[in-house]
Amino acid sequence: MIARDAISLAVIILAGTGGELAVTRTMKQVGEVKTFYPHHLLRVIGRAFRIGWMWLGLALMTISFFSLLMVLSWENVTLVVPVTALSYVIGAFGGKFLLGEHIEMRRWLGVVLVCLGVLLVCIG
Amino acid sequence: MSFRHRLHGKTIFLIALMAVFGALGDVLLRKGMEQVGAVSSLHPAALLSTFERTFRSGPIWLGISSLLLFFLAYLLVLSWADYSYVQPASATGYLFVAVLGYLLLGEVVPRMRWVGVLVICLGVLLVGGTPPRTTEEG
Repeated sequence: MIARDAISLAVIILAGTGGELAVTRTMKQVGEVKTFYPHHLLRVIGRAFRIGWMWLGLALMTISFFSLLMVLSWENVTLVVPVTALSYVIGAFGGKFLLGEHIEMRRWLGVVLVCLGVLLVCIG
Repeated sequence: MSFRHRLHGKTIFLIALMAVFGALGDVLLRKGMEQVGAVSSLHPAALLSTFERTFRSGPIWLGISSLLLFFLAYLLVLSWADYSYVQPASATGYLFVAVLGYLLLGEVVPRMRWVGVLVICLGVLLVGGTPPRTTEEG
């Protein structure tokens, strides 16, 4: 793998999971949604979009998406394999160290199995 | 009903919605783009015509609506559940993509892919056995 690919891969994964972590932070700040009436949901969405982290999250997810498109224009789709599989592990580390989530052994095992399964699905 | 059970119920419900709408969106977009046809040239006129055909396609709009519902369910579930719970659990979407691709698009799903889907489901079962929320409220 050439340096250009490695850098793009890192950007796709880090911006992608970083964006999702920022969106998660936003929604924790909004607080647990307890009722699902449409007018209540609209208020929740409105509140989320007034939090800076939401915009940071969307910006990072957009960067990740367009880097992926860019990479796909010069590499074939096999590059998507490490991206999708690694994201689960990186995401779990992000949840632990950036959001303070507690990941017990059973959850780690689950994450690793999901990661392996995604690898199999992509090469299958 | 205990606090933990209440969270488990609505978490599983929303993750199921995410998996179904995510997969449906994916399959509909693919079906739509199949109808639109491959992008044959990067000439502006050709791109414009592809763009126009894309946005006149029913499946494309259904796919986009599906993905919006997916994102709504995603936001809602993250208002209480851990990211490290939701992210792996939503990989159940791969199961629905395989099943929908097989049933709706008539795709042949290789055996290796079914094995992968099975391994994902085992992983999701393990993650699903942990409490959805491990951080403090507020």
